[in-house]
Amino acid sequence: MNAILLMLLGLGGMFLGYVFYSKFVAEKIYKLDPNFRTPAHEFEDGVDFVPTNKYVLWGHHFTSVAGAAPIIGPAIAVIWGWVPAFLWVIFGTIFFAGVHDAGAIWASNRNRARSIGALTGDVVGKRSQSLFMIVIFLVLLMVNAVFATAISGLLINFPSSVVPVWGAIFVALIIGQFIFRKWLNLGTVSILGVIALYALIVAGPEAPLALPETIMGLSDNATWILILFLYAAIASLLPVWMLLQPRDYINGLQLFIGLILIYGAVLISGPELVAPAFNSDTPEGTPSLIPLLFVTIACGAISGFHGLVASGTTSKQLDKETDARFVGYFGAIGEGSLSLATIIAVTAGFATLADWQAVYHSFGQGGVTAFVSGGARILQEGLGFNVGIAETLLTVMAVLFAGTTMDTGLRLQRYIFQEWGSIYNIQWMEKAAPATLLAVGSCLLLAFGAGGADGSGGLAIWPLFGTTNQLLAGLTLLVITTMLVKLKRPMYVTLLPLIFLLIMTIFALIIQLKGFYEASDWFLFSLDLLVLIAAIWIALEAGSTLNRLRKENANSSH
Amino acid sequence: MRIQAIKGWLAQASQFANEYYNAPYRAAVARAKREQEDLFMLYVYSEMMGIPNPASYYTLELQPLLLEQFHEWHLRMGMEHSPFDEFRCC
Repeated sequence: MNAILLMLLGLGGMFLGYVFYSKFVAEKIYKLDPNFRTPAHEFEDGVDFVPTNKYVLWGHHFTSVAGAAPIIGPAIAVIWGWVPAFLWVIFGTIFFAGVHDAGAIWASNRNRARSIGALTGDVVGKRSQSLFMIVIFLVLLMVNAVFATAISGLLINFPSSVVPVWGAIFVALIIGQFIFRKWLNLGTVSILGVIALYALIVAGPEAPLALPETIMGLSDNATWILILFLYAAIASLLPVWMLLQPRDYINGLQLFIGLILIYGAVLISGPELVAPAFNSDTPEGTPSLIPLLFVTIACGAISGFHGLVASGTTSKQLDKETDARFVGYFGAIGEGSLSLATIIAVTAGFATLADWQAVYHSFGQGGVTAFVSGGARILQEGLGFNVGIAETLLTVMAVLFAGTTMDTGLRLQRYIFQEWGSIYNIQWMEKAAPATLLAVGSCLLLAFGAGGADGSGGLAIWPLFGTTNQLLAGLTLLVITTMLVKLKRPMYVTLLPLIFLLIMTIFALIIQLKGFYEASDWFLFSLDLLVLIAAIWIALEAGSTLNRLRKENANSSH
Repeated sequence: MRIQAIKGWLAQASQFANEYYNAPYRAAVARAKREQEDLFMLYVYSEMMGIPNPASYYTLELQPLLLEQFHEWHLRMGMEHSPFDEFRCC
């Protein structure tokens, strides 16, 4: 099949989902009201609560939720063939992610823009709220460990990207100073910044850099992971305007440029998909498609992380309640389109089926490296890019995404430690530096604990990360469903995805648990067990809450 | 006419870019700014709390100017009333 057809089918399907399904959900289920006074107006303070133009808000929402995860997930999951990954991304975006994201904004908007975590306490119960905090901590922990492993892999596989990746950080630092001190206006600075970044990317292949294979007994992979965490720890302690803000801005611009380039190149060259539609010949050790597909692709189909962004910041800036449809649902479509681009890159970006099979020789292979090499081939054929430059460009895009998520993740983990410090009255833990050390330490433990001293095992926890992320989404869906039941509105729109998610995650956790047990991997076994307990807990909580409400509703109607 | 249209379009684009740059970090930047200002308040009023201040000759002059912020500051610092005997607030 031709990639253009797949691209049109996917984008067309998601667009129809926006036009019809999201309209139905927004009008009939959430009943978004243009006259509702949103928290952005009610509590307007010029700082947290600011009514914001819906296109600007969409830009933020989309760029904060899009990261490396919607690339890594599909790039691993095509091992079962492109049809399952494609269908889950498209239908997941239409019926799961869009409803979940828009619903999280709506739920928060109707509750004084409070975060989903706080809402869980009010709407569902106190027990669920503590559970929520634990699940968030686990998600952050895993995301940091996985992304550090993924970045170090990229830096080793594509040494041409080392200079532009670290150079981009200096570009961001300089841009930050220019804007903060108002030396130049933003438009000029953005153009100069983008030129500087792409100049570094073009120069990258001229100056490849690689670490020596071992430094003080540590492999190059392990050294990169340590350097990355050192960087992330420093970045998470700097004032946000210095590095985080300008870098997010550049990343956002890069994301749009990258998507346009990839889709443009596909349209021009029209590559054929070389990977099988359904892979009947999966390598030994590949787990069964059901349920693992649904946790391998989390972001891009549905992701709990979106609920945190939607309820934490987006809902505070919503100008009109009806904007929730565009911002939330279309934001999910933006993420889905990034996953679709990834699927095309990793299935059409190889010359022959044998090449593809050589990359996907066992489960967990491929990943972001396959995205970079496949995408680079498509860019070369479609737009005539030099392969080295195209590879550097895509690597920089992926690394910057993952890097941003890492230091934001560390910052959030630090806040959680600080909060625990104040709850349990541990004074030293309330300070920023020791709390950051604890956060970094726990991530390193996971990155190295999962895969031995070379730190290569971080990606082994990818499906486990997926399950935890889906659990978070499940909690958000539970909050929305509970609200819908209380309002006596139809609840199947969120209840069916919730049930599906819980069944698939619990099923996947049990299968993985068995795998870790057989491999005698006690570290991951206990982690899996922890997540499994949380998952069953959420399922019970959901059952009892909904049952209670059903009874209450039945009594009140008599 | 056409140039004006382009100018208008550019102005709108730069306004969008500014919003896009600033909106997500407004809260964090405001918090950081307030922390700096709190420290400055502490310098200005430090002599009253028995902390020697070599620049008190100058900061004394600033006290009336900062009076309006004083109330918010002592509330934020967790003191219900003014901490100084000779300097009442509320």
